Amino acid sequence: MASANNTDVNLESAMLLTEPALADWLVAAPLILGFLFGALCLMQRKNVIVQTRIALFGLLLMLIADIGLFINVWQNGTVVMTMGRWLPPFGITFAADMLGATFALVAGIVGLAGGIYALSDVDSTSRRYGFYPFLLLMLAGVTTAFLTGDIFNLYVWFEVLLISSFGLLVLGSERRQLDGAIKYAFLNLIATTLFLIGVAYMYGVFGTLNMADIARKAPALQDTGPHFTIAIMFLFAFGMKAAAFPLNAWLPASYHTPRIAVSAVFAGLLTKVGVYALLRIFLTLFPADRDELGGVIAVIAALTMLIGALGAIAQTDIRRVLGYLVISGIGLMLAGLGLGSEIGISGSVFYAAHSMIVMTALYLLAGIIGRLMGTFDLNKAGGLYQASPWLGGLCLILAFSVSGLPPFSGLWPKILLVKGSIDVGAWWLAAAIIVSGFLTTIAVVRMFLFAFWRSRPEGLVEIGPISREGRIKLYAALGLTALTVIAGVYPEPFIQVSDRVAFELTHPQTYIDAVFGEKQGGSGL
Amino acid sequence: MEVAIVILTGVFFLVSIYLILSRHIIRVLLGVAMLGNGVNLTIFTGGRITREIPPIIGNNASVPLEGIANPLPQALVLTAIVIAFSFFAFLLVLVFRTYQELGTDDTAEMRDAEPKGEASPPLGY
Amino acid sequence: MRTLIFRTVAPYFTSLMLIYSVFVLLRGHNEPGGGFIGGLIAASALAIYGIACGVSPVRRAIRFHPMAIAGFGLFMAAIAGIISLFVNVPFLTGLWIYPEIFGVELKLSTTLVFDIGVYLVVLGSITSTALALEERERD
Repeated sequence: MASANNTDVNLESAMLLTEPALADWLVAAPLILGFLFGALCLMQRKNVIVQTRIALFGLLLMLIADIGLFINVWQNGTVVMTMGRWLPPFGITFAADMLGATFALVAGIVGLAGGIYALSDVDSTSRRYGFYPFLLLMLAGVTTAFLTGDIFNLYVWFEVLLISSFGLLVLGSERRQLDGAIKYAFLNLIATTLFLIGVAYMYGVFGTLNMADIARKAPALQDTGPHFTIAIMFLFAFGMKAAAFPLNAWLPASYHTPRIAVSAVFAGLLTKVGVYALLRIFLTLFPADRDELGGVIAVIAALTMLIGALGAIAQTDIRRVLGYLVISGIGLMLAGLGLGSEIGISGSVFYAAHSMIVMTALYLLAGIIGRLMGTFDLNKAGGLYQASPWLGGLCLILAFSVSGLPPFSGLWPKILLVKGSIDVGAWWLAAAIIVSGFLTTIAVVRMFLFAFWRSRPEGLVEIGPISREGRIKLYAALGLTALTVIAGVYPEPFIQVSDRVAFELTHPQTYIDAVFGEKQGGSGL
Repeated sequence: MEVAIVILTGVFFLVSIYLILSRHIIRVLLGVAMLGNGVNLTIFTGGRITREIPPIIGNNASVPLEGIANPLPQALVLTAIVIAFSFFAFLLVLVFRTYQELGTDDTAEMRDAEPKGEASPPLGY
Repeated sequence: MRTLIFRTVAPYFTSLMLIYSVFVLLRGHNEPGGGFIGGLIAASALAIYGIACGVSPVRRAIRFHPMAIAGFGLFMAAIAGIISLFVNVPFLTGLWIYPEIFGVELKLSTTLVFDIGVYLVVLGSITSTALALEERERD
């Protein structure tokens, strides 16, 4: 009775009876690897050296799996795996389309960079209290959130990454950290609970939780009221997760408090999960509601990027400047969603990938600068150019990149977004993008000026050269910077990828067909 | 039946929002816990309330009877309860630690991460 | 809290609850019960022991750090899913074997492995939180 094979019911329409291709396992690989290596690290609690090796190996394997998945999706279209053989819409489905695979790949890069940086940044006490296990679990949560095809499952992964991020945030238990963690924890928990309310309504209305199934059934629902309520609920919940304008208070309150490696991976990963969810909900599931809400989203986007950039200018602490820049970047990602055109979405996706890399690199750089100067306070900064001119070059590259100046990777997505807004006559959105870029330039170049060009203020100890250990940090930051330079100088392949993502997102039928097994090979372009 | 549960859910949301609006962190915590319960009831009601026949396949059958209760909301609610429970446990420890370290449970007085009256950034040199 | 009666009864109570938690865990296969609730019962058993006799006896009694126990549980749960890779079925598919030991048919499955993993995760993480709270009370 227990086995599925000896019943007299035809199970073909409910269960997968064929063997899955080995390549399909790549969809589940980040989850499996993250949990497996996270668990191994937890078990090696006392033995910090072994734990670190296991963790780095795990992060590397996850990145390799992400690369494999990306290549597979690029060549064969959306890859689908059904958990426990139950076919959609009955079982939980993992479906990696280009959007998910791209975000997963960038998340893998950010995770590995954070793990390498932490080698010399996070002390052994923090490691014993679980830096690496939490990092691995959080990365598994983030990556799987990008890949899952089930809305309730998405909620579960949100919670997994949230609880691991709590663990990371309070490592060290300083007063500041506890204060930041309280605000972060409560506001994020309320956001995910709102998400769950949305899921509950969705289940009540559609009777299914599979995203492709919902997307299939959504247009048939004549009554737009429930639709719209659910869409607003999700906009609210994910806007809060993404730190979009009126709901952004938790981010600057908490992101500067933990260890800098933790801030860096948070800046690279967490808010982008919110952006991903917004893209997925509004483009794949409810395109009709996106058309209704497009104007609202565009206004939110413009305000977010301006408020973020203005906030950055007003800060004294380098890490808090960066916290506001994260918010400003979110505005740009939402701008494309507000436009809804293919070019706008392409710009959004490119900008999201760019922002994940560059914000992480900036936090890592801030960590190096802060360690060298002994302070994160701009009022006491100075004299770094003498100590390390190369570091100055690195800082300037990242500063240009985050403000969208050529020849680095921030420029191209901004061009796409500005063009997209002018195409539909939204000149105010284009103006907001350009003005926020200008304000961002002021904020980061000022950081460069005070930390590097100004001579060391009187009465402070001279800055020594970067220690041997500190070089490891530099390598992590350098690797990420190299990526932004490459994407800036040779953007063609990156734009190709984001164009393909935008094409798939604006044609949700490809996703639906892939999940329900009507597979179309290759690119749809 | 639905109407009664909907009213109950409304009461849950009402109480939780009232508690969350408080400045005292322990009340906010209780409010969040209540909110979780309200959401669970929402999921439960969203799955339609049918209670006549349990969703169990009998010993000699291979398909369940007609008109069984919907088992999926219960699985969802169970998952949500588990998650809410672990969050509650974590937040309780966090709140308690914060109260010990900062000596206050008033969120308006928690200004360690963003201190009042910070110096403005330098304007030139 | 540390009355004589409580301190005398607590060890017996704890052992009873631990046994009951395993019963609930195994019962969860076909009847109400399961890894989560079993783990909760076990964790509350340890919490009671901690309230009665102090935190350090509990830490000594369970030998491993609670988080390491949770880690092992997570590992088991992950392994339970991976087994399906080797028999060419999708991730997390329930697989069953029916070995006969001493004339009794045992129903073993990957779901059982997964459930024991859940049990250990819950036991470990909740015990760790409970002990942290109890430790702080006596500062």
